[in-house]
Amino acid sequence: MVSNEIIRTAIRYYYQSISDHFELLTNLDTAIGDGDHGENMVRGMKAVVDKLDAITCQEMDQVVHDIGLTLVMKIGGASGPLYGSFFMSAGKFLQGRSLEKGTIAEALNAGVKAVKHRGKSRDGEKTLLDVMVPVYETFMEFSDSHSRITDYLNQILVEADRGLESTRLMKATKGRASFLGDRSIGHLDPGAKSCQLMFHSICQAVRDHLKEGELAE
Amino acid sequence: MSANVGILIVSHSHQLAEGAADMVRQMVGDKIPLGWCGGNVDGGLGTDLGKIKQKMEETWTPEGLAVLVDVGGAETNSEMAIGLLDSSMSSSVIICDAPIVEGAIMAAAEAASGSPLAVVVKTAEESFS
Repeated sequence: MVSNEIIRTAIRYYYQSISDHFELLTNLDTAIGDGDHGENMVRGMKAVVDKLDAITCQEMDQVVHDIGLTLVMKIGGASGPLYGSFFMSAGKFLQGRSLEKGTIAEALNAGVKAVKHRGKSRDGEKTLLDVMVPVYETFMEFSDSHSRITDYLNQILVEADRGLESTRLMKATKGRASFLGDRSIGHLDPGAKSCQLMFHSICQAVRDHLKEGELAE
Repeated sequence: MSANVGILIVSHSHQLAEGAADMVRQMVGDKIPLGWCGGNVDGGLGTDLGKIKQKMEETWTPEGLAVLVDVGGAETNSEMAIGLLDSSMSSSVIICDAPIVEGAIMAAAEAASGSPLAVVVKTAEESFS
């Protein structure tokens, strides 16, 4: 169901998307953090793109793991260990397993759990988890259903957008934004924004490859 | 020297890490292995996981290593670095829940007297009060 080609496309889309939204990410992070989220994510994704062939010529579990390792090595901010843990743990889970939708859902679960553990956080605390958790839950629904992924792509994007928007009214209790207390309310979380962009890129890549008829379902 | 616990300072800032390490050296001389690192891979403010891991390997002793960090990514990247270390080392590397400068000085003074890792970490964490 998932091919390395989809991953390659998703990586390219996400690098482009992060670059296009560099200014927005910077502004969001300047408002409630240290202002380096745009720069950090561009650096991280550029490193992944630079190593695209080397990373994606491997087995899928290693591909996913190495995306995480590259991000955590290059991002340099607090989001590095979070995105890094997400992909490294999801990749570790995939090791030796076939890529069915139930397995992918469980790999997502392993990734989300790792982010919670690393950030000592959960959803509702104005972080990227507010996008990750609803997306994971929607994918779980898909995985338990007899539906095709096409029926769920829109719903995943709606949940990612909704999750991002939900961070606006939250008060930050984690990360640099927590130092602002109530003054963090009213701003979107920059990590949630970069995470929403990531799921948009992944879904777009899946859609493209569906069009090309590469996917069985 | 290798009989003592090592101390590693991890900051977002190269200058802050270097300055804190200078203060520690002034206190304890060369009685303990002391490492420091600060800045991201481009040299700007931030942290560099590869560098942190390398410094952990250099500063670790069989007695262990106490790590002092500043905000956010310094802590999480240090946790990631511990996860990437060989298991023979990682079990004796502890991140102190302590202010970076005061904690480093207190931990270093304790380590220089030959105390075990648990005591070094406890002393650093008491520098909060």
